[in-house]
Amino acid sequence: MREDWRFRLREQRACWTAAALFVLIFALYIAKHQTGWTVPVLTTAANKGVLLAIVAMAQTLPVLTSGIDLSVGMVFVLANCLASHLVVGTPLQAAAGVLVVLAAGALCGWINGAIIVYGRLQPIITTLATGAVYFGLALGLRPVPGGDVHAGLADALTGALPGGIPAMLVVLLAVVLLVWVPFRRSAVGRAALAIGSAEAAAYMSGVNIGRTRLVTYTLAGLLASIGGLLLTFVTYSGEASAAIGGVYTLNSIAAVVIGGTSLAGGAGSAIGSVFGALVLRTIGDLLFVFDLEPLWQPLFQGVILLAAVSLGALRLLKVDNRLDLFK
Amino acid sequence: MDPVLELVDVSKRYGGVRALDRAQFACAPGRIHALLGENGAGKSTLIKIMAGVVQPDEGRIVLEGSDRRFVHPQHAVAAGIACIFQELSLMPHLSVADNICITNPPTRLGLIDRRAQRRVAEAALARAGAEDIHPLAPVDSLSLSRRQMVEIAKALSRQPKILILDEATSALTAADVQRVYGLLKRLRDEGLAIVYISHRMNEIAELADECSVFRNGRHVATFEAGSQSDAQTVEMMIGRDIAHAFPPKPPPRAAAETAPPALDVRGLSWGGRLHDIRLAVRAGEIVGLGGLDGQGQREFFLALFGVLRGVTGEVRQGGDPVSAGSPRQAKRRGIGIALVPEDRKTDGLMLPMSVRDNLSFAALDRLSRAGVVIASAEVEATAAMVRRLSIKAPELGDPVATLSGGNQQKVVIAKWLMNAPRIVLLSDPTRGIDVGTKQEIYVLLRRLAEEGAAVLLYSTDYAELIGCCDRVAVFFDGRIVRWLAGAELTEHALVASALNLTAETLH
Repeated sequence: MREDWRFRLREQRACWTAAALFVLIFALYIAKHQTGWTVPVLTTAANKGVLLAIVAMAQTLPVLTSGIDLSVGMVFVLANCLASHLVVGTPLQAAAGVLVVLAAGALCGWINGAIIVYGRLQPIITTLATGAVYFGLALGLRPVPGGDVHAGLADALTGALPGGIPAMLVVLLAVVLLVWVPFRRSAVGRAALAIGSAEAAAYMSGVNIGRTRLVTYTLAGLLASIGGLLLTFVTYSGEASAAIGGVYTLNSIAAVVIGGTSLAGGAGSAIGSVFGALVLRTIGDLLFVFDLEPLWQPLFQGVILLAAVSLGALRLLKVDNRLDLFK
Repeated sequence: MDPVLELVDVSKRYGGVRALDRAQFACAPGRIHALLGENGAGKSTLIKIMAGVVQPDEGRIVLEGSDRRFVHPQHAVAAGIACIFQELSLMPHLSVADNICITNPPTRLGLIDRRAQRRVAEAALARAGAEDIHPLAPVDSLSLSRRQMVEIAKALSRQPKILILDEATSALTAADVQRVYGLLKRLRDEGLAIVYISHRMNEIAELADECSVFRNGRHVATFEAGSQSDAQTVEMMIGRDIAHAFPPKPPPRAAAETAPPALDVRGLSWGGRLHDIRLAVRAGEIVGLGGLDGQGQREFFLALFGVLRGVTGEVRQGGDPVSAGSPRQAKRRGIGIALVPEDRKTDGLMLPMSVRDNLSFAALDRLSRAGVVIASAEVEATAAMVRRLSIKAPELGDPVATLSGGNQQKVVIAKWLMNAPRIVLLSDPTRGIDVGTKQEIYVLLRRLAEEGAAVLLYSTDYAELIGCCDRVAVFFDGRIVRWLAGAELTEHALVASALNLTAETLH
């Protein structure tokens, strides 16, 4: 039984490392903050962090299969623009709007998956292209920033619950429990990891590779649209901004890596990515409380990212056939 | 006993090569059936067809009396055929239990029931006699031998009726081999049909109930184990091949030569894969590496070429110790080693690049000044090489992928000749190319030797070793087990020593 724990811990080591890093940085942030551990500070931090955390979860799924999804940021923006039109009116209309937004996100992901699986195109170029298309649609929906969102819903989700717990954190927990945990524990999730680990071996074991990829990209689209929906609740409006889409895509990849998921696929978890995203977000705030110029933010994020990637490269020191380095 | 699985008149072509030619095979429950044959006899293709990995061009697969078609490995698995391949089919990042239950995990409410899965894995590992493997251990933390045991447990967890093992014991330690023997005998008694491929004659003597011999894609004979002697079995595996035309060999030299050998390898070892290799090659000599596929010949070349880390032992050239830490160092003038790798499409060529770029790539430092390639020198040198090897390329600016296989191989060889190497290592250079080009390559090798190079040729084609080489070192399990030269260098001796049979067991 003790051995069980050892193996479980080893599997989740990267995830725990990211969590510890976050706790450390966040403690530093709170300690230096003028008002410190108060409900408004926590709620603001949660509202910012959870958006990237959910987009990073979306990115994790394709990366586990050794793919990538460069369209997550654009689906995020598209969902935001769509929600600023649809999630309005009576509670019933708003609820229907939410469903339509999520369905649109899942459809975007499904299209990515279908092109990759049936068109046999590489994920990186497929999602680069579809991402541009999704952004084009977003621009069509919101040529200029604006729109509105159901205020009651937005206030409930971006505020604090009784006891001071940010509602956004509960939303994040719900997404983890409703999307990631079932995926990870299902045969499809297992198959996704198998494909990332050794695609030929997975095929020879009789894994349905096409269906697994399709489900993976569809869920990525769904998660990205959940992020976009929440963005609407935070900003009360929709904006088709290429900058936001691009930044979220790139930061989601960085968060995945900091969270311990290998870009080569096969190992990692969306929970690690969540902490990776929170780390990235907190670094920005940290510079603010230390009165450093915000100009330094990209530099510090880059250093943290480099350090995280270097840890993953340590195994290369053990390789005894140099041809294995190119695999 | 009626056969549970039967293959009738099965044929398979890969491009122009006939891998299987109207082959017959049948296996019965409660029997261990050994498949025998040389490299390329068609055994692998046969089991791939049974496992649904490749589809036959013609012929029938009859399972328990009815015709079947397996278009995907899943179909064969569902039909009760489990296959343990030489290349492992395990996912290294996943745990042992995840691997064992990959296709059909036990579920509860749609989610994988981890406790049930663990019980399944533990039961499968126990059945394979590998209870000591922890089900939660990630596969990449296990040794090769233990991984192979997981592979066996994985196959057993599918409750197969037919179990196919392709060289399943080649990676096992002695202790695990004994466990697998016991297991296979127990499974046979439980009524499984077992198909067993091994190159180790002692294993076949110990395990097999019947044997089928294949040669050049054809079924030669099926007989009760023990009814034929090892010598007769080897005879069936060899048969008679079409003779290739080989250039004449120079007469054997006087035993005592004064000059030190061009390449002198002393006690070279690498991990658990190469053991105490001793070998000396003189300038002007062609030395062959024989033995079955995968006995360390490739690794030996990679070790000389500086690709492997942690190689021990000494390498001398012309009496002076040298060490190549990378291919870049190995090709330098002081060392001058060239390696023609066996997989020309991945390791030998950059397929989308032009013939000229590929030709000059290894010699760019000779063709450039201050880092800039001198175009006129490159054009001149590549044109000379194209003439010398009569490479048929309509236009040297075309991608090398547009050439035929034989001409592609010539480009790989020519690329290294541009460097004027002193030691040329060739790994199966004639695999998959036409007879005409083969002969040109034989002539070229002899000419290189005459011009003063030391040539090492690894080939899976025994006729080639006999026709081309002055001496042959036979590899088995990462060691040189026998040297053959002169009149001793016969197909019979090559096959027998490749199987590590001693002269006594043959007579």
